[in-house]
Amino acid sequence: MHGLEFDIAHLLAGSLVLVSFMMIYQDRIYALLNTFALQAVLLALAVAWQAWIQEAHHLYASAALALVFKGVIVPWALHRIVQRLGIHREVETVAGVVPTMLAGMGLVALSILLMLQLTAAAENPLAREDLAFALSVILLGMLMMVTRRNAVTQVVGFMSLENGLILAAAGAQGMPLVVEISVAFSVLIAMIVVGVFLFRIRERFDSVDLESLDEFRGERR
Amino acid sequence: MELTGNLVLQAIEMLVVLALAPGLTGLVRKVKARLTRRRGASVLQPYRDLLRLLRKEVVLAENASWLFRVSPYMIFAATWVAAALVPTFAIGLHFNWTADLIALVALLGSARFFLALAGMDVGTSFGGIGSSREMMIGALAEPAMLLMAFTVALVAGSTQLSNIVAFMASGEVGIRVSMGMALIALIIVAIAENARIPVDNPATHLELTMVHEAMVLEYSGRHLAMIEMAASLKLLLYMALIGCVFVPWGIAPADAGISGLALGAALFVIKLAVGGTMLAVFETSIAKMRVFRVPDFLGAALMLGLLGTLLLFVSRSL
Repeated sequence: MHGLEFDIAHLLAGSLVLVSFMMIYQDRIYALLNTFALQAVLLALAVAWQAWIQEAHHLYASAALALVFKGVIVPWALHRIVQRLGIHREVETVAGVVPTMLAGMGLVALSILLMLQLTAAAENPLAREDLAFALSVILLGMLMMVTRRNAVTQVVGFMSLENGLILAAAGAQGMPLVVEISVAFSVLIAMIVVGVFLFRIRERFDSVDLESLDEFRGERR
Repeated sequence: MELTGNLVLQAIEMLVVLALAPGLTGLVRKVKARLTRRRGASVLQPYRDLLRLLRKEVVLAENASWLFRVSPYMIFAATWVAAALVPTFAIGLHFNWTADLIALVALLGSARFFLALAGMDVGTSFGGIGSSREMMIGALAEPAMLLMAFTVALVAGSTQLSNIVAFMASGEVGIRVSMGMALIALIIVAIAENARIPVDNPATHLELTMVHEAMVLEYSGRHLAMIEMAASLKLLLYMALIGCVFVPWGIAPADAGISGLALGAALFVIKLAVGGTMLAVFETSIAKMRVFRVPDFLGAALMLGLLGTLLLFVSRSL
């Protein structure tokens, strides 16, 4: 009913949401990192497709940035961190997989309903559809941060949340490239800071389980 | 006159389904054996097994009730009717107006109901374990199947299989991520429902992990033949369902002549052979999962069905 352009954009954005669910489903850290890299590649494809339909050439640069930074560098760095820290291979979750999934479905339904209502005045179906899926990816990233206890998986949740932001920006037509580049770099900086934090946390508690931070009552000398 | 023609065609379809089902089971077993470097029994072995079982006398447990004796026929009848409803090589057959995806789920559900009751009837511990596990799997697989049916129905605008197939074959579908999700969900459900490897092992009679075999452990003779036949039919049914909804090319349209029907039948046999080979390859390349992991596996199917429906909702309401 909308033609091939809409169908492919729908396919790519829908796959992003699906991969977000796959990340919630994974229970091995390395598999999780690979899934995250897959999401970044899909994001790059989705952004490049938006660039093609909108004929906005600067979006190709955004796609390339997403591919290089989030598809290669960040997963590689996280792999290194997991190896260096000798973390458990299993992902420790707060709730079980099935309740988390159900919560995720609820979030997706909520964001789709909300976005379709909010953007009812907009003409462009592509942007509306992209925004709805982008909000879903963002909320699923947050859900992942909330339900994981391990610091590395929380970082992955944060990065996946940022994927959603980029998708929204690509669909909304008009985010300048400068903003995009600065976002990409700030994500890298955040990654470095988080890496340093991870090593510090591990030095103090001998684990990267964030539960131990709850009981910590400051330095005792 | 037209009515007679239609009835004859429908009868042929039901007989074809019945005749091909054990062959499909035999093919899967043969390919699995070859892949593990064994020679394996002939593809025709299931036919011989069925004939032998039909000739043998039935041994009944002393405390078996009438339900135990009736169940095999009920299971076979429900599964056969369900298999006859799925468009195999032609659409527009006489029974197709009843061929509704939801009716299909209901027929298979009633077969499962009788099987589970029969498993508990004699009172052996294995039967009880099998029945309880089967119901656990069913309670998760049926909603997933229904959600997948809703996804397909939203795309095609009908839950009637003939209309769905006609719509899919017309090429108006375009690229739909929801259909991909529905396909994966249907494959997961099919694997679980047919007691194939990651969920249950169809070849085992000894392990504590068996589900389907545990329920039918007390059966013998023609009763066992009925149940084995029903299991083969169910496998064929799911393959035909996947084939007709997702690869509908070559299915004879409602007004096709003899040549169209023959082409459809030939393509149907080829599709079954390809599907059976793929199932065997999948089964040999994967390990059986623990029973307590099965809810996660089926939960993924449920989630995919739900997500497919949600994504479709977006593209339809724009």
